[in-house]
Amino acid sequence: MSACRECASRALLLAALAGHIDRAVDRRVGDRARDILALGDEELALAVCPSEPAKVLRRVRSAERHEALAGDLEAAGCWSTCRHRAPLPDALSASPAAPAALFGKGDPALLSGLVPERAATVVGSRRAGAYGREIARELSRTLAASGIVVISGLALGVDSAAHEGALAGPGTTVAVLGTGADRPYPRSHRRLYERIHAEGLILSELPPCSPTFRWMFPARNRLMAALAGVTVVVEAAERSGSLITAEMAIDAGRQVGAVPGPVNSWRSEGANKLLADGAAVIRGAQDVLDLLLGPGAVQVGRRGPPLGERELAALGAVEAGASTPDGVGAAAGLPFTRALAALGRLERDGYLRADATGALSRTALRAPEAGMGGGLG
Amino acid sequence: MLARTRTFALHGVDALPVDVEIDIHRGLPAFSLVGLPDAAVRESRERVRAAIVNCGFEFPLKRITANLAPADLRKAGPGFDLAIAAAILCASGQIPASGLAGWWLAGELALDGSIRSLPGVLAMAERAGGSGDGIAVAEANAGEARLAGEAAVAALGSLSDLATLARGELPEPPASPPAPVTSAPLPDLSDLRGQPGLREGLEVAAAGGHGVLVVGPPGAGKSLAARRLPSILPPLSRAEAIEVTKIASVAGRGPIDGTLAGRPFRAPHHTISSAGLVGGGSPPRPGEITLAHRGVLFLDELGEFARSSLEALRQPLEDGSVTISRAQGAMTFPARFQIFAAANPCPCGHGEDSRSCSCSGERARAYKARLSGALADRFDLALRVEQPSAEALAGDPGESSATVAGRVLEARARQEARLGTGRTNASMTEAEMADHVRLDERGSAALAAAHGGMGLSGRGWNRVLKVARTLADLAGAERAGEEQIDVALSLRRKVAA
Repeated sequence: MSACRECASRALLLAALAGHIDRAVDRRVGDRARDILALGDEELALAVCPSEPAKVLRRVRSAERHEALAGDLEAAGCWSTCRHRAPLPDALSASPAAPAALFGKGDPALLSGLVPERAATVVGSRRAGAYGREIARELSRTLAASGIVVISGLALGVDSAAHEGALAGPGTTVAVLGTGADRPYPRSHRRLYERIHAEGLILSELPPCSPTFRWMFPARNRLMAALAGVTVVVEAAERSGSLITAEMAIDAGRQVGAVPGPVNSWRSEGANKLLADGAAVIRGAQDVLDLLLGPGAVQVGRRGPPLGERELAALGAVEAGASTPDGVGAAAGLPFTRALAALGRLERDGYLRADATGALSRTALRAPEAGMGGGLG
Repeated sequence: MLARTRTFALHGVDALPVDVEIDIHRGLPAFSLVGLPDAAVRESRERVRAAIVNCGFEFPLKRITANLAPADLRKAGPGFDLAIAAAILCASGQIPASGLAGWWLAGELALDGSIRSLPGVLAMAERAGGSGDGIAVAEANAGEARLAGEAAVAALGSLSDLATLARGELPEPPASPPAPVTSAPLPDLSDLRGQPGLREGLEVAAAGGHGVLVVGPPGAGKSLAARRLPSILPPLSRAEAIEVTKIASVAGRGPIDGTLAGRPFRAPHHTISSAGLVGGGSPPRPGEITLAHRGVLFLDELGEFARSSLEALRQPLEDGSVTISRAQGAMTFPARFQIFAAANPCPCGHGEDSRSCSCSGERARAYKARLSGALADRFDLALRVEQPSAEALAGDPGESSATVAGRVLEARARQEARLGTGRTNASMTEAEMADHVRLDERGSAALAAAHGGMGLSGRGWNRVLKVARTLADLAGAERAGEEQIDVALSLRRKVAA
């Protein structure tokens, strides 16, 4: 399976003009990338490289260049497809922002089986806090376990937590890269990249061995937005790339949801703003399933073991923002060792998680309904 | 004519006996020194000649050969001066050799014949005491030599006093009682206001001898707390205090004025080399961990220490000693210390959840990974703290060191009754843990749940059990229950997710 000559030429053109496009969009990343990529081959070449458009076009259409591409694909273990060949999902080929060709690494059958109603894009801040990472992980784990493909961008923070969560269960995940599909980016996520390669799918609209430029990431966002029926933003600051993804999802006629965060947290300003603008409220995987498949069509739900009074007070303190035993003790009005014991209990029951510095954060595990409690505390 | 005197060479923190043999022959005047001397020992010839002449004795104008035996032991430093001068005076018949038979001699000579102090005199006096003979040292060293308590000590001001000693005319100093184990007043725990977390961490660490890591922003009182750890540790026994004083003396951290040292507190900077930390050089010198023997080693900014330095700490933490191997042989220094480490929550110090944190995601992630890898399996306790509130700072002082030390002492007594003198829960072996760490039913169930749900490793499991045992000792309980397990879980070392 491989892309048709015309579509492959388009992809090669993007790679060849990457530096020129970057200069054209550099001032305001995102906005113009979309418009530029909507141009036809000749117009694009003329727009960003007025000095020698014909020469560039001739080169990317030459037989040698296409042979070299075939060699690159084989060397990188990648395959290609395009809007004229299976298995480019209908969702993508119908979208106005559809890429001409798509390059992939991993099982191509996953791409043909990808339907927007069965896929959710989970994105968010690269500088996510413990809250964002935990929610992304748990949300993706549950979604994947419910048969939803989790799509994200392999970036630091929320993106990688989403992939990890999806891989933690029986589900599957798709990483859409801004760089070529042959290159783990960022490099520190090489291991995660390998896992996704083995158990899921890696996609990119750029051919292997393409150089990396900033415009590629907002351009990649439009693919992520188009592939899934819903885009969920978990923790995004005021000016975050995830908001571009949300905007593109709306353009592509997809639904947008956001996970609410504390109103006084700068990390959640973007996500909360989306909610204020009318995005769907995502409190957990159930809300995403309801959006995708209709309310109540599929039920998820996991509640933790019952808690005593002391544990509930400590849990409340963490939910209110305390992240150290001292803070929890003071906020919950517990003597320090009692607070410590309560926190140990909450952690082993799965309500809390501690990072390497010992900072505590709430997991997505829900406390039992009132009245079911009355535990051991 | 032949004469022999006895002195000591320092090897690590121990004193090894060295015989000084002098042979005086007729022949061209010459003074040769054999027996593996280093430069300072060879220079001793000039000091000895000047000192003898300036004290009114006669330097024999003959062929003099001095031998330091055993010949295969490398000798360093000026400590052999006194013994060499004494042997020359005996060999030339200027002082009676029999008068020095019961004395070890240790001192450096000044050109005017007065005697200068040496490092490591306590170790020498201890060794001399073991032989049943006395030791003659510089006046400045006499207080230190008397700390050993066994050997008779002669304090010499100059070479002339040596002659007096040899004639048996040196006045005996008034017998003084063995020095009490005292130390300079330590900073008190009551200064630590409104930090229940740090207090709990200190108390549990002191009670069980556990290594502790505290993570928190600048101003949270991490160093303040660390400096107060020695004040709640049980007082040193006399034997321990002598060990500590001996090390301080060998390391040249004198003058030792006749009082025994208290628990040492060492806080090396994070730029320290691994040789500076564990000891090294040629001849090997004790490092920070040996200077912290029986005391506290405080590592501030744990995440900034070179990985190699921290790795070098692993074996000493396990063994309680460090062995440094050189071509001339291996040397073992004691290093049984308690480790207290502190770290910022992220490279800029504000903590990732703070808006003022200026660390990039990648940098913060790398820092966390480094922190969680640093001596990962050597801290039984880890604790996240924050800056105390203004009310707490203005509030009443907390419990004093004396109160907490009382509880620590009781908990230690329970451990010693189970494990033996000087042992703590932190040093329990697996077999001892099987014997002594008993959980009640709910405690076992809690730990089993933690094993399944939190992915606690085998080592992590053992550390939780040890800390739970210490918590039970502090509470005076026979078995550790669910409460102790939960607190120990909260205090365990966390690793990067």
